[in-house]
Amino acid sequence: MEKKEKHKGCQCDCGFTRRGFLSSMGAGAVALAASGKIVTPAAAAGVKAPMDSLSIQLMINGRSQRLLVEPRWSLLYVLREHLGLTGVKIGCERGECGACTVLINDIPRYGCLTLAVEAEGSKITTLEGLMQGEDLGPVQQAFVEKDAFQCGYCTPGQIMAVEGLLRAKPRPSVAEIQREVSGNLCRCGAYVNIFKAADRAAELKRS
Amino acid sequence: MKEEERDNYYVQGLAVPETPEPGAEPKPWSKTAIVGQARPRVDAYERVSGTAIYPSDYTFANMLYGAILRCPHPHARVKKIDISGARQIDGVHGVLADTTTGGDIRWPYVMQWPYEAEKISKLFDSHCRFEGDAVAAVAAATPCQAMDGVRAIKVDYEVLPFVADERQALKPDAAKVHDDSNQVNKQTYSRGNVEQGFGEADVVLEKTFRTACELHTPLELHGCVANWDGDRLTIWESTQGVYAIQSKVAELLGLPLSKVRVIGHYLGGAFGSKLQPGKYTVIAALLARQTGRPVKLFLAREETFLVVGNRPPANMTIKAGIKKDGTLTALEFTGIATGGAYPAGGMTLLDWLVRDLYTCPHVKTETTDAYINGGPARPFRAPGHPQCSWALEQIIDDLAVAIGMDPVELRFKNIPTVSQGREGTPPYTTTGLEECITKGAEAFGWQQARQRTAAGRKEKGHLKRGVGMGSCVWFAGGGGPPSTMIVKLFSDGSVNLNMGASDIGTGTKTIMAMVVAEELGIKPEMIQIEHGDTGTTQYATSSGGSKTVPTEAPTVRSATIEVKRQLLSMAAVDLAADPADLRYNGQYIEVAGAGSRKIKITDITKLKKRGVVVGVGYRGPNPENKVINPFGAQFCEVEVNIKTGEVRIVRFLGAHESGRVMNRLTFDNQVFGGITMGIGLGMTEFRVLDTNRTGKMVNRNWHDYKLPTALDVPADMISIAIEMPDSEANNTGA
Ligand code: FES
Ligand code: FES
Repeated sequence: MEKKEKHKGCQCDCGFTRRGFLSSMGAGAVALAASGKIVTPAAAAGVKAPMDSLSIQLMINGRSQRLLVEPRWSLLYVLREHLGLTGVKIGCERGECGACTVLINDIPRYGCLTLAVEAEGSKITTLEGLMQGEDLGPVQQAFVEKDAFQCGYCTPGQIMAVEGLLRAKPRPSVAEIQREVSGNLCRCGAYVNIFKAADRAAELKRS
Repeated sequence: MKEEERDNYYVQGLAVPETPEPGAEPKPWSKTAIVGQARPRVDAYERVSGTAIYPSDYTFANMLYGAILRCPHPHARVKKIDISGARQIDGVHGVLADTTTGGDIRWPYVMQWPYEAEKISKLFDSHCRFEGDAVAAVAAATPCQAMDGVRAIKVDYEVLPFVADERQALKPDAAKVHDDSNQVNKQTYSRGNVEQGFGEADVVLEKTFRTACELHTPLELHGCVANWDGDRLTIWESTQGVYAIQSKVAELLGLPLSKVRVIGHYLGGAFGSKLQPGKYTVIAALLARQTGRPVKLFLAREETFLVVGNRPPANMTIKAGIKKDGTLTALEFTGIATGGAYPAGGMTLLDWLVRDLYTCPHVKTETTDAYINGGPARPFRAPGHPQCSWALEQIIDDLAVAIGMDPVELRFKNIPTVSQGREGTPPYTTTGLEECITKGAEAFGWQQARQRTAAGRKEKGHLKRGVGMGSCVWFAGGGGPPSTMIVKLFSDGSVNLNMGASDIGTGTKTIMAMVVAEELGIKPEMIQIEHGDTGTTQYATSSGGSKTVPTEAPTVRSATIEVKRQLLSMAAVDLAADPADLRYNGQYIEVAGAGSRKIKITDITKLKKRGVVVGVGYRGPNPENKVINPFGAQFCEVEVNIKTGEVRIVRFLGAHESGRVMNRLTFDNQVFGGITMGIGLGMTEFRVLDTNRTGKMVNRNWHDYKLPTALDVPADMISIAIEMPDSEANNTGA
């Protein structure tokens, strides 16, 4: 899980911080706890209740998309269930498995720990965004060649983690690869082939 | 497209396997052109592009989301339940409980093997015997609203005394899980006379071992999408076997099989935990019927730690006797395990390795299954075996130390050729254990590594290294009937393969395509596969137990041969020859000995007219009185920080005899996956129940329950394939 920790309170321009995430979650929790029935917090403060809906604009795979969302909806939920981007998988919804990994401004992030409202203004890339028309991108191609999956369910997340790594570091060592995909669980245990695929992907990207 | 690119055939003057006479069994392949290669998967594109639609990926425009209210106590009785609050929540369309119309459904827990037992529970049982048992369920427009609905249900529980440890459960004063004894079953086995065996031994050791409860937690959550069209139910389920889901759902809902269609094209891992439907399957179906909408019900990750199975914890005492020359004289084993709150085979095969892995004349075992207030077990990658391995392999190592013998040599001295643990000690078709051990040790550099690490341990420093090894046999793995498959050859020579079996990530589809390609001489890419759908594909047993390839590959070979036979008789008309004189040769069918008299497959008149040739294959029986089991030996080097106790695995090697290796790429991948999961059981994974105070599971998430990550496995992992020709197992040798 190291990789994701690294971004804690990061100074990069990704537009949201863990603290921001926690406080918006907190508002929801308080509103629920108060009565068991949802109450709208002081509108004057401009704070949205979890069930209010608001219109946001997301930049996904190079296209801008306007959506009506509840503040409590995760980016994962919106991408998968509303936009049909099934290359974003759901494994735990609590930041432990990486199945939901997408790139936000080129950095691998957990879609389940990112609220949709907070992703506004960022550049979001999903597995689908790595396709070149009907053709596979280099990381995807490398995963095929090295048989870097079994059931294939963690695979989109693994591919996005490797893509993010290679965007930041075109020639990673095996140890770096291991560390960078360590936030992505593979229960089938295809790790060794994932390492090989990442290495092969780096080669394909350079050629 | 260039002419040769459009060509469906890979054969370039290469002979494809001969077509046997009608009714005759095909000969084993001698040399293969496609089978055995390292080929990327036929569905790799789908899996890496995101176009593979897993059951959890399905969405429908008017779909609702289901969520289940679960009992928070390990043992409690529902005194009162008030669902009215849920109905008032925004977006909630349906609420289901024992008290609502259609919610009163029985839920049997039945064991037929290794013992017979049955307890009848209910879909929503007011007597909750394990934490997480279902109490009520809600369907709503969004998952958030479904959770809001679940939280709005009020339940009054009478909390009952619990027992959460199988060793305590067997004590007389323990809380009772059911009205009768907490002992589900006890089984004994004996051959020879262990007392005599221990008498003959030079060294006798006895030790107690425990393995913790392990959870499957496949990446894709357990669940399904259910939808009704009138009285016809369709379920998209994350499953290892669509037919197993169909039959149980049909039985519980009182529907004919023909009205229940189960589709499971992909699934994101299972490891034995998705061989059967869950309560969630039936709940989704009932909510869909109640609301008249499709309902998607996938569990939350935390729920999968509680209610969809586990590898039971095991407590094992093993006593072993050995002579100075390394001959095992006696083994005695007692094991206590638990399948949770209902009959679930907690001790299934727990003693198997003791009975069968090493030659030993005197063996006695006793295994006990106990009820506890915990989630019911489900099969998990070789039930019983890893637990027993943990105990047996360690005592074998201790014996080696005691008599001053290399552990590899000791194992080598006790290799069986017959299955001693079975009635009548039938022989194995092949026993690859010897080769696994010798070739594995050689490739690993066992001798040198042992010396090097031993020398290193005498040096200064806090990082010490050591090497270890273990061997294994798997109780099943030979496959067998039933299976039915259909191979259709279209007028352009391309093929559709129709099979009911699931590809659970082991590469089943790819391997079946390779078998068809081998027989027909066509390129595997020319084969389209339809599978895992009770509505459109043929009956198959669930994919599990390492039996899928040896079950399905011979079936698909038979179906393909049937296609060839029909092509031969069709071509016989065109060539005005006797079909028996014709040879199928890939692109052409020719008259044997008169190569010039031939016809292109695509020119066969009848094929052109009909547009398709359909071959049906059935799985034949296995050889009688023979046992088909895979064997293996694994070796690893570890580094221990003797100041902190931290262990790092430096390298790993597995040598496996698993029958014919059908695809080298997917074979190696399976070996790596098995090693990785073994690392998990051995080093990082254990369920923690708060046995004294609350009985609840305290680590029901992946943060506290540690799966091996990319940092816990060595990049240096090697798989060695030990292939021994096996003409008896089945017609593919797989
Ligand atoms: S689903 Fe986001 S980390 Fe698991
Ligand atoms: S391939 Fe199945 S979880 Fe990674």
